[in-house]
Amino acid sequence: MPTAVALCGVAVLLGTAGLALVARGRAAAISKLVYAVCLAAAVVLLLAGCVHLIFIQGRAEPVVLPIGLPWIGAHFRLDALAAFFLIVVNLGAAGASLFAIGYGEHETAPERVLPFYPAFLAGMNLVVLADDAFSFLFAWELMSLTSWALVLAHHRDPDNRHAGYVYILMASFGTLALLLAFGLLAGGSGGYAFDQMREGARVLPALVLILALLGAGSKAGLVPLHVWLPLAHPAAPSHVSALMSGVMTKVAVYGFIRIVFDLNGAPAWWWSILIIALAGITCVMGVLSALMQHDLKRLLAYHTVENIGIIFIGLGLALAFSAHGLSAPAAMAFTAGLLHVFNHSLFKSLLFFGSGAILNATAERDMEHLGGLIHTMPLTAFAFLTGCAAISALPPLNGFVSEWLTFQAILLSPTLPSWGLKLIVPAVGAMLALSAALAAACFVKAFGVTFLGRARSVAAQSATETDRCSLTAMFAFAGLCLLAGILPGLFIDALAPVAQRLLGASMPTQSFIPWLSIVPIAESRSSYNGLLVFVFVGVSALAAVQVIHRYASRELRRGPAWDCGFPDPDPATQYTADSFAQPIRRVFGAVVFRARERVEMPPPGDAHAARLTVTLRDLIWDTLYAPLARAIALAAEKLNRLQFLTIRQYLSLVFAALVSLLLVLSIWS
Amino acid sequence: MGGVSFDVAHMLAGGLVLVSFMLLYQERIFALLNVFALHALVLSASVAWQGLIQEAPHLYITAGIALVLKAFIIPIALHRIVMGLGIHRSIETVVGIGPTMLAGIGLVALSMVVMLKATTASAASPLAREDLAFALSVVLLSLMMMVTRRNAVSQVVGFMSLENGLILAAAGAKGMPLVVEMSVAFSVLVAFIVIGVFLFRIRERFDTVDVQALDAFRGERR
Amino acid sequence: MVVILDLILGLVVQGLQMVLVLALAPLLLGFTRKVKARLLRRRGPPVLQPYRDLLKLIRKEAVLAQNASWLFRAAPYLIFATTWVAAALVPTFATGLSFNWAADLIALTALVGSARFLLALVGMDVGTSFGGIGSSREMLFASLAEPAMIMIVFTVALVAGSTQLSAIANFMLDNATLRVSLGLAATGLVIVAVAENARIPVDNPATHLELTMVHEAMVLEYSGRHLALIEFAAALKLLLYVSLIACMFVPWGIAPAGAGIGAMAWGLLTYVGKLFAGGFLLVLAETSVAKMRVFRVPAFLGIALMLGLLGTLLLFVSRSF
Repeated sequence: MPTAVALCGVAVLLGTAGLALVARGRAAAISKLVYAVCLAAAVVLLLAGCVHLIFIQGRAEPVVLPIGLPWIGAHFRLDALAAFFLIVVNLGAAGASLFAIGYGEHETAPERVLPFYPAFLAGMNLVVLADDAFSFLFAWELMSLTSWALVLAHHRDPDNRHAGYVYILMASFGTLALLLAFGLLAGGSGGYAFDQMREGARVLPALVLILALLGAGSKAGLVPLHVWLPLAHPAAPSHVSALMSGVMTKVAVYGFIRIVFDLNGAPAWWWSILIIALAGITCVMGVLSALMQHDLKRLLAYHTVENIGIIFIGLGLALAFSAHGLSAPAAMAFTAGLLHVFNHSLFKSLLFFGSGAILNATAERDMEHLGGLIHTMPLTAFAFLTGCAAISALPPLNGFVSEWLTFQAILLSPTLPSWGLKLIVPAVGAMLALSAALAAACFVKAFGVTFLGRARSVAAQSATETDRCSLTAMFAFAGLCLLAGILPGLFIDALAPVAQRLLGASMPTQSFIPWLSIVPIAESRSSYNGLLVFVFVGVSALAAVQVIHRYASRELRRGPAWDCGFPDPDPATQYTADSFAQPIRRVFGAVVFRARERVEMPPPGDAHAARLTVTLRDLIWDTLYAPLARAIALAAEKLNRLQFLTIRQYLSLVFAALVSLLLVLSIWS
Repeated sequence: MGGVSFDVAHMLAGGLVLVSFMLLYQERIFALLNVFALHALVLSASVAWQGLIQEAPHLYITAGIALVLKAFIIPIALHRIVMGLGIHRSIETVVGIGPTMLAGIGLVALSMVVMLKATTASAASPLAREDLAFALSVVLLSLMMMVTRRNAVSQVVGFMSLENGLILAAAGAKGMPLVVEMSVAFSVLVAFIVIGVFLFRIRERFDTVDVQALDAFRGERR
Repeated sequence: MVVILDLILGLVVQGLQMVLVLALAPLLLGFTRKVKARLLRRRGPPVLQPYRDLLKLIRKEAVLAQNASWLFRAAPYLIFATTWVAAALVPTFATGLSFNWAADLIALTALVGSARFLLALVGMDVGTSFGGIGSSREMLFASLAEPAMIMIVFTVALVAGSTQLSAIANFMLDNATLRVSLGLAATGLVIVAVAENARIPVDNPATHLELTMVHEAMVLEYSGRHLALIEFAAALKLLLYVSLIACMFVPWGIAPAGAGIGAMAWGLLTYVGKLFAGGFLLVLAETSVAKMRVFRVPAFLGIALMLGLLGTLLLFVSRSF
């Protein structure tokens, strides 16, 4: 039943897309209506997913529609994994639609956004619901193409055009990899339904894993396939960026889990080493790149890459444990990864909503032109601060819980007998800790330069608070972040059926533990209680306030800033984003980005300003993509000569092809 | 014996590995010589402890020789040579501390894999093989130090610390006859005297002991 | 009935612990200042001076910059609260604290990290260049000190079998041995403690020169009761790290779970002794070395990270390290 309800919701979304396409002449007028319908559909789908995950928990009956390939039709089915990801997708979609009701009024080209947005939501939901390879791939392509159209919504900007170009290339490459993976999974019998794939014999499972990593990993943002992400995510409108970063990457994670954990059968011992190593590198590269940015949305996009790395560390550890038959630690690592999926979709969407609100208020994305927004946009600032604190893994918010669980999974890893894992897991643990600390630095920079300090431009000075719908969406997500942080046991229990279905074990039930702590393995080993930490900190802070205000002093006076006696009225003298990141750039960036600083001082007597130039190189682009592009261009150049041959040469080509095929036929009996 | 004695042996061997790491990033020559003296001190303590738990009195003599020769005589003599060469104020830029340390940890991991995984068939107990793993790490780290250094005196120190690692391995492996130890020590002394003489000759002739610069005088190019 | 009595006793011990850390933190600070002065052949301020300083500051009127925001006003209370809660979680004189299971070592590191996050934010709040210097340098040091701390936590947790502080303390009390990985972890923790508490050679807690400021630069604009809370939080952080080193590596004297009043009194006495010994050793080290250039500190902290990584790697390879 929930499957049918979900499919009806998707049909509503597709109908809305059609309606928006037809009525695109009056797009501005129907904008609120379209987003409200999307919100309603997303809520219905969310409820369908919740009902399935909490009450049914098993596998539902498939719904077979007579569309698609004639001999299989289109299968759609909800099971525990699909239900969880349906919840993630539609929570993000509901939030983005609510945000867009207010944000969409400022859209300059609504006719380029409105027809594709409901289709994008429909595509993501269909990927999660699909139960055979054809509908999966069709929905995946629908998702990619509609998001590509949304990236190109403001197509007059050459940066956006470049972003769209790179995005469609990488998306097509990813779909090709997934197509080949499903082809291998279908095997010789050609059974494309997922049930048939589960029962069939395994053909080259290692190649399937690598293809899944290429296909789903490129959509999720694993290094080195992440290059499209920081270009495309900022180019789209902010509610779509939130969906792409917070939700579409999770759909890619769903694809990966479905192929590797469900359809591909028992894992080999070395698969997890590859995944964990890639994930560790992704974490560190993502956060270091984010620290070098001063465009707020690009910073958030690079940060998504880091969090995908954290998710894949959890998934890789789960694969490692299950390959060696340790199902309880596998369940814990898997739950840690999935919990981070949920948490990340919450706080990344919240942060993108905040950047959208800033973009609306000031028309600026560059942090170097912002500042002091905490005075003019106080509510947005509070919600954004909650998102920053959550993403930096600070207790008692939710980012800390999933990171804590991942650390506990790493602490269980010495029981793994493989030597490769023994050497790689401590290294990846250090990389995870390093990226968590760098993430905190990154968000101190993001919040500090954007919201605190003094306004660096007229636009920042004259900003006003955003509308109520956007604020409601932001505060709803901020509240959910706090809730997931102080009641993590409930969310872990909701994830138990997913782990049970895929790994055969699940974490112990957390809801009945006294005081609502979470105890992943055993009481004496480790436990964490977010609620108590929150209560303790809150009570201590309030007690300090009361005691001091009653018995000491509560007087306050305003005066000019002290600044050691030399306050400078020019807001350009305060720290900028690049200057904040300079120490870290000097320590880490010299090796990773070949960061070089050059100072050009004018000669004495010359009144011109000195110039400081910082050069950073994206080594992955330079060593992997640029040579590849050059090689393809060279090959295309050479092959172009085929256009200009004489008639005799064409005929001789045909003759040579015919003769060689006949030879092959005669030799190969 | 058991627990505590093995723990102390591991502690001393691990301390030797740590001092080898310290040797990697010293930039000033006098500091390098002091750390080398510390290296020899920890080695002699480790060998003396092995003598205690194996009840092999000849190891005390080895420890004594290491202490007197390598912790006092050789560093003091190298001190004099460096003063004589006039290079005591030079700063030797070390090749990137971060990557060097990471490579060092990689070498420790490699020696762990070799000693604990690849040699599981051997008769020695796992605890003795762990001590051997530390000794192999010291050898590899000293080799890396010789590779990343430009100054000839630093390379001599690297060579000496490599030999310290070999002495630790031999002491841990139960039974290195005294004769072998004495001959090794004397050969070290002779080699060191020869090296010292040669360093002065090189300095006189080429005005530098920087091995990169010496490469320019090699003759026909490849 | 016995259960309720146990519960009440546990709560009393926990409450006593919270008051104890609050009371002892300024004393430790005053003691270190006095010893430092004596080592430098000065007379130095009285040992109880920090208490008087805090009382004086609390009663003063707070002067805020014109453009200071609500975050600037609220942050000192939150910084103080998080540091106090973190300090109250470390076993000092007894291991069986009632709420010890609420947060383990990783959560403790993250709580200290939250305090630092807020402090770095308020450094950026008023929009002066001094605050920016402090915040950016502090986040550089944190980006290396926090992973070093986590690797040290891993090493100790792999030896003791748990990340819970009371379990670690009990384990160390029962199986006190010299192990390579614990030696590496102890050295790393000392380095991290020096860096996190802004002591020489990382930062000078008594300086007001721009070139040498990190922690002081972030709190430059604070005055009155806000400054009192921040200084109290800094003293609590020093107490936290010294207690952590004492609890994990020098645990003799701590009363195990369920011990009587006599054992707890002895635990209290040994704890105060360990605090003073730790303070003395810290000051001795501080007076022996000079402060490092800012860009040498990452190498210093990198050593702690390498020590932690080496310790964890050794324990992953073989449990007997």
